[in-house]
Amino acid sequence: MSINALQDELIEDFSFFEDWMAKYEYIIQLGKELPLIDEIYKKPQYLIKGCQSQVWLHADYVDNRVIFTADSDAIITKGLVSLMVKVLSNHTPEEIANTDLYFIDQIGLKEHLSPTRANGLLSMVKQMKMYAIALQSENK
Amino acid sequence: MTHYDIYSIRNDFPILKSMVNGKPLVYLDNGASTQKPQLVIDAINHYYSSQNSNVHRGVHYLSQIATDAYEVTRRKLKAFINSKEEHEIILTKGTTDSINLVASSFGNAFINEGDEILISAMEHHSNIVPWQILCESKKANLKVIPINDAGELDMDAYSKLLNERVKIVSITYVSNTLGTINPIKDIIRLAHDQNIPVLVDAAQTIQHIPIDVQALDVDFLAFSGHKMYGPTGVGVLYGKEKWLNAMPPYQGGGDMIKDVSFEKTTYNDLPFKFEAGTPNIEAGVALAFAIDYINSIGLDKIAQYEHELLCYATDELLDINGLRIIGTAKEKSSVISFVIGDIHPYDIGVILDKLGIAVRTGHHCTQPLMARYGIPGTVRASIGLYNTKEDIDTLVKGVKKAVAMLS
Repeated sequence: MSINALQDELIEDFSFFEDWMAKYEYIIQLGKELPLIDEIYKKPQYLIKGCQSQVWLHADYVDNRVIFTADSDAIITKGLVSLMVKVLSNHTPEEIANTDLYFIDQIGLKEHLSPTRANGLLSMVKQMKMYAIALQSENK
Repeated sequence: MTHYDIYSIRNDFPILKSMVNGKPLVYLDNGASTQKPQLVIDAINHYYSSQNSNVHRGVHYLSQIATDAYEVTRRKLKAFINSKEEHEIILTKGTTDSINLVASSFGNAFINEGDEILISAMEHHSNIVPWQILCESKKANLKVIPINDAGELDMDAYSKLLNERVKIVSITYVSNTLGTINPIKDIIRLAHDQNIPVLVDAAQTIQHIPIDVQALDVDFLAFSGHKMYGPTGVGVLYGKEKWLNAMPPYQGGGDMIKDVSFEKTTYNDLPFKFEAGTPNIEAGVALAFAIDYINSIGLDKIAQYEHELLCYATDELLDINGLRIIGTAKEKSSVISFVIGDIHPYDIGVILDKLGIAVRTGHHCTQPLMARYGIPGTVRASIGLYNTKEDIDTLVKGVKKAVAMLS
């Protein structure tokens, strides 16, 4: 499935939630369910520093596709991180580098991606694209 | 006012009527910044409508009234903290600016290689980093007074750390994270016994506890306007005249000079020697109204009211399963930091925000203190003069809801 198809799917999923509580309960659930990263990658070199919650991100390159794994010490951040991974992982570096992440805005979580929000999520999206661009040039 | 008229007080703060995420705002982030009463807001408006001009400069009418209005604040500040002289009140950008001024200027004059600067384990980054910068340039050493698990200063360790190498003690009166009220009088007396001057960070004190700089015999006192119901961008450095006169200027520019030539510049007298450049005039002018406002209620009364709320909030919060208060000093100001089980403070903050409750989450610019407790941060509710028991009830309900969602 393309990145945009995945984004559209999430937008549809989220349209069923009636209020913020249901939405956040779902995000928290995602955060709890997903064992996102191998413990060996929970090291400072994989850490994306937000002001308050920490995010670890690791990228593997398999068959011309980038596989992201990530984690966070805050559960809501972890849920949001898992949404990003869902959408961006398992795509080619070109696709990832060129994608426009519109789903965050559309599902009403834009506030979490603002540069002033202290959760490191914006830095994570940047880092994911950086990995993709780096892999792209390495493999040319 | 014979009793604490909370209804009329709340009416003075227009922002308290706001709705946030469809819920009435519950503002419990007063440690970060306080809301402004209508008379402060009006004063800023009035300044730009009918007083605006540069201060200490022109002979024209507007410049005179702007200068007069600005200097009224200095006079009111003098009375508010009971300084001996008006020119001992330096108007700065805020607490951080005030501490940087002393670190730079006092440091320049009095700190040499091998000297020691004494701070405590509960300092805000603003009272750590300026001294680290100084220590780096002067090859001096920063020493830290430890605290116990309750968040109280270890006074025995403090006494032992005082020696002839220590050139200044710089310490907070009230901890912004723990709420601890330090025994500031004893701290100053012990330092003075060895002729060591003391800077007190009063950012979290000035709005809660009456301060008399002469009774305390404090050498420097720093605080901010925006934490005492006044505007942002203005703060105070009180300094004893003898120190301020002995210190070189902090920044150069307009207002701080007497005569300038390319060969030699002579500096202005106090307080202007430390007030280079055009200040934040409207904030300075409006700060006088914040002082009037606090005085109209009475700081003693405010302190008593806030203490009752602190006790109420502490009891109610401790009812929540797994909740641990960080900072349990015997003497506490109206700040409650807490953690719950292994739930990240950030997660609680996000849910509380959705419920219209403003608290601070994170390390509160006290990372070394968080490291001392081995936690990434806390949720901090800080009480101001307009908070109510209902605010506390809403907070407690909100925290319970957050815990239910997050565990």
